[in-house]
Amino acid sequence: MTSPLEQKKIRITGPSVVTANRTWDGAVVYRTAQQGWSTALSDAAIVSTSDDARALLAESAADDVGAVGAYIAPVELKGGVVKPGNLREHIRSKGLTIDLLPA
Amino acid sequence: MYAYDELDRTLINERVSEFRDQVKRRLSGELTEDEFKMLRLQNGVYLQLHAYMFRVAIPYGTLSSKQLRRLAHIARRYDRGYGHFTTRQNIQFNWIKLAELPDALAELAEVGIHAMQTSGNNMRNVTSDQWAGVAPGEVEDPRIWSEILRQHTTLHPEFSFLPRKFKIAITASEHDRAAIKIHDIGLRLHKNADGETSFEVLVGGGLGRTPFIAKTIKPFVHGRDILNYVEAILRVYNQYGRRDNIYKARIKILVHELGIEKFAREVDEEWRQMGHSALTLDHSVIEEVRSRFSYPAYEKLPHMPDELKQAAHDPLFERWRKNSVAPHKVQGYSIVTLSLKPVGGPPGDATADQMDAIADLADKYSFGEIRVGHEQNLALPHVAKRDLPQLWKALDRLGLATPNVNLVTDIIACPGLDYCSLANARSIPIAQELTRRFANHDTADMIGRLHINISGCINACGHHHVGHIGILGVEKNGEEFYQITIGGRADENAQMGALIGPAVPYAEVADVVEDIVEAYLALRDRPEELFVDTVKRLGVEPFKERVYATR
Repeated sequence: MTSPLEQKKIRITGPSVVTANRTWDGAVVYRTAQQGWSTALSDAAIVSTSDDARALLAESAADDVGAVGAYIAPVELKGGVVKPGNLREHIRSKGLTIDLLPA
Repeated sequence: MYAYDELDRTLINERVSEFRDQVKRRLSGELTEDEFKMLRLQNGVYLQLHAYMFRVAIPYGTLSSKQLRRLAHIARRYDRGYGHFTTRQNIQFNWIKLAELPDALAELAEVGIHAMQTSGNNMRNVTSDQWAGVAPGEVEDPRIWSEILRQHTTLHPEFSFLPRKFKIAITASEHDRAAIKIHDIGLRLHKNADGETSFEVLVGGGLGRTPFIAKTIKPFVHGRDILNYVEAILRVYNQYGRRDNIYKARIKILVHELGIEKFAREVDEEWRQMGHSALTLDHSVIEEVRSRFSYPAYEKLPHMPDELKQAAHDPLFERWRKNSVAPHKVQGYSIVTLSLKPVGGPPGDATADQMDAIADLADKYSFGEIRVGHEQNLALPHVAKRDLPQLWKALDRLGLATPNVNLVTDIIACPGLDYCSLANARSIPIAQELTRRFANHDTADMIGRLHINISGCINACGHHHVGHIGILGVEKNGEEFYQITIGGRADENAQMGALIGPAVPYAEVADVVEDIVEAYLALRDRPEELFVDTVKRLGVEPFKERVYATR
């Protein structure tokens, strides 16, 4: 995971969101446009420029009590639907890719 | 089993109270995450992809049925109904809530279980042979010494902030089941010429980004001096180990850069200066620890009871017995391995219901004792042979009698990208697919002993370097790829595997492994020649030619 400090240098190349883990239970959360956190990716504030991404990240990282380890994550926009931009984020958003019971 | 005394219980309970206060201050905002992170890590709490992960220590892999039931309760009450046994004899819970962790720790403390030093740059859980105390031919029970080291290094102020984490493993058998050569310090118990307990001390082993096999630094260290000598090693490491570069901070790098001879001289000099210190173990101290281990009151039983003779007519029972039942030091008893590698299941996982049932079976058939092995399986260490048929039926109903111990489907795998924030690629679905490919037990038997180890990143929690077939997940342009090595091993002849060819994409891994196994079957000079011996005899090239010829 790239730390927020390191991400100050990062330039985004496509639509992105800020994600983190909720402090009290560790659940995956996304920063919303209302300066809160949501467990639904569809609620996430989407940024398209590096300046906006850095600003959203700075605001998110300041909420250290609400969520931990905020970072910028890529997303894809398909037909108005937000989808995770890579496998790691897909797993964080959708859950395990495995069967827990033998099959 | 080891019986904790009042001091142990006080220490564990005080730690729970301390952590409860720390969590409270974190949740209120009094502590920032930067301030809290080290505190939670020292209590085994990581933050993973989906949630906090809680790693609980199982010292030298020994559990009572009461403790296992409590772990089941933790899985059910605080997690999602299952736990994951790791390659260092710990158990991990993947979905635990920070706000509930103090309560979980308090419930564990009631049965003498804790999570101290299961993370952080300190001395980790001291591991040992899961057959300790019951293996035939063992020099003596290595858990006595594991416990002495555990007591000495728990919350040791000088070694709580080492350059990096530090792991010790101990074996007392000729066949190394504790993988001591891939630990920071490996200890092999043996007797000196006078019949006194001594240790061969190995140092500088480890996997990860820069893998090394441990080297012998001292062939004989008397038992009474082992704390002194280990402390001397730690002091040299603490003084010279690098703290400026996390990738070069493990003791293996220091040993490599200094050379084993110079490192040994530094340790000897430190040891000499320590002289006859308070750490020199009196016979009475060793015996006091020894006396706290209780052993079953074994019955005098026949070598071959009638129940076993009758059950031998059932081929399914016989297949399981030959695979999963090992000789015991006491006539009439056996060590039974419980496979946590069912076909299609995540390696090393057990449900809360399974844990409860195993605890019941341990009470009924194994004097209430369970062992955890680094291969991510469990064992019942004291089973009367007459009870094997009934135990097998019970285990089979629970899905714990897959006769694949040490075979191709007995796969060691880290949690990988499904859980781990460090991973580059998934491990568990690769393992699951391989178990389906080799699900036929006749085929697996015909292949023979073959260890597959899978890691989802270079940190090597799945010990891929020392797998007979090792699989390492890497990321290439956002896609999962896997490097495959062959010829590694983690036993007394430990060595790193060699790369067989270019990394392959996720979808091809199982095909490549099947091709490697087919190549082995064609290349071995007799059915008894193990995979790893064929690789040793022929090298990588014949395998590479066959596997990559059409790729």
